[in-house]
Amino acid sequence: MALENADIEKIAVLARLQVTPSETNDYANSISSILSLMDQMQLVNTDGVEPLSNPHDATQRLRKDEVTCDNQREAFIAIAPATEDGLYLVPKVID
Amino acid sequence: MSWEIVIGLEIHVQLATKSKLFSGAKAGFGAAPNTQTTLVDLGMPGALPVFNQEALRMAVAFGTAIDAEVCKHSVFARKNYFYPDSPKGYQTSQMDHPIVGLGHLDIQLEDRSIKRIGVTRAHLEEDAGKSLHEDYDGMTGIDLNRSSTPLLEIVSEPDMRNAKEAVAYMRKMHAIVTTIGISDGNMAEGSMRCDANVSIRPKGQEKLGTRAELKNINSFKFIERAINVEVERQIDILEDGGKIVQETRLYDSDKNETRPMRSKEEANDYRYFPCPDLLPVEIDDAYIDAIRQSLPELPDQRSARFVSQLGLSEYDASVLSASRTLADYFEAVVLVCNDAKLSANWVTGELSKYMNQHNVEIDQVPVTAVHLGQLINRIMDDTINSKGAKAVFDELWNQAGEVDAIIEANGLKQVSDIGAIEAMVDDVIASSPKQVQQYADAEVEKRGKMLGFFMGQVMKASKGSANPGQVNGLLKKKLDLLC
Repeated sequence: MALENADIEKIAVLARLQVTPSETNDYANSISSILSLMDQMQLVNTDGVEPLSNPHDATQRLRKDEVTCDNQREAFIAIAPATEDGLYLVPKVID
Repeated sequence: MSWEIVIGLEIHVQLATKSKLFSGAKAGFGAAPNTQTTLVDLGMPGALPVFNQEALRMAVAFGTAIDAEVCKHSVFARKNYFYPDSPKGYQTSQMDHPIVGLGHLDIQLEDRSIKRIGVTRAHLEEDAGKSLHEDYDGMTGIDLNRSSTPLLEIVSEPDMRNAKEAVAYMRKMHAIVTTIGISDGNMAEGSMRCDANVSIRPKGQEKLGTRAELKNINSFKFIERAINVEVERQIDILEDGGKIVQETRLYDSDKNETRPMRSKEEANDYRYFPCPDLLPVEIDDAYIDAIRQSLPELPDQRSARFVSQLGLSEYDASVLSASRTLADYFEAVVLVCNDAKLSANWVTGELSKYMNQHNVEIDQVPVTAVHLGQLINRIMDDTINSKGAKAVFDELWNQAGEVDAIIEANGLKQVSDIGAIEAMVDDVIASSPKQVQQYADAEVEKRGKMLGFFMGQVMKASKGSANPGQVNGLLKKKLDLLC
């Protein structure tokens, strides 16, 4: 499967990455070559093989429903670029 | 053209765990901003989630309560999108392997028939934080207290055909989650909210129409209104020869309209993939069965018991069991007065009427179940008549107080002293010679109706406290003697 430049532009928007027009071509080529490896793998017969959701042969550990962390707001706020009234400030999301 | 409405609901239920879905931060509404977060909730690199076992138990309890398939193997997936109130850049959810599979729920329709609504699935996911768009120097404020709070998203089949069915389904769901105790069900605080997928198609057509998704509706009343205005909007468009656009819309309750959500986002492309930070969740039959065994009496079971044990009609039983708080209230009234039928009449009658008039839900009514029970006791022992009882109820609702004290203070005690009533009857007859003459002149079969005037006068003289049966009997006797 080969990706067009338009695909790269869409992926870049979804991933919030800035990709210059000159880079777009390179990415299209290199991601397409990864996908061609995938195409090769698709040829393997996987009948009767359970889809794997995690490579570890283990299941999820559970945690007791207990509050184990105190309020650490001051510590977290101290490393944030902008805050006010205990809120983290980010560039305006809506107009 | 005649249209058929098709509605499916996605209900988000906030699970009442003490801590969050994937961290040991306190879960809960109303704390000061950002005081209930950990590194995991902030999406700090390297901070790893650990799954809360109580959230798992609650999801399984829900699955067993709606007779659904509970999946022994479930997997968390990442739903990728960027929004500042989701600092990780994805929401941990479930996609291909949800914890709860196909189930169903029975709702009661307006014509009192029962309709089965399919539940497609229910999956666990984390909530996002909150964006505050008030002006912070031209910036948006972010509160991450809600981030990673456990949610159960319950997806229905597109089985509902009008807004009332959607409300009935939502109410039933509310009754179930509050009965099994997995959520406080507080809609005002967002503990339960829903998205409604609404489309219309010409009656008889099989293919579904293009749908609009109405987001984040947080009250029973708004579900009905939002769906109805959206249906009207779609009918107008189609009948004018237009086309429905598949989109996400917001219901504005002030203007009673839906409008498209302003969204610069690309068409939903969430690129789900299994979350590498969380392993598959495996549970066994013993675990599921133990939870099934521990379920409390469910709304349908309670309704059946109200019929078999308390002798209520099917309808009253289903109305009263429609919410856990309402059913608890009703049973508390019965406990005091020991008369289920009269209790049901008062709860579904006067109490519901006041709740509608004052726009309050059952958990906010000012009249306690004990007081209503005592009031019913006073009706049963003939201390007050039904008119007096309504006056007492009104007083209890508006100013509180004790039943017997209110009866005393307002002179509502029913006068059953035959001498006192007789005196009042004599007075009324003596002071209404004109009406007595008319009564005497009237044909016998019309006199019954004319008795109403005298009844009214005597009841008025007694300030509504006379025993109406006795007044009626005495009046008839005395007037007939005069004719």
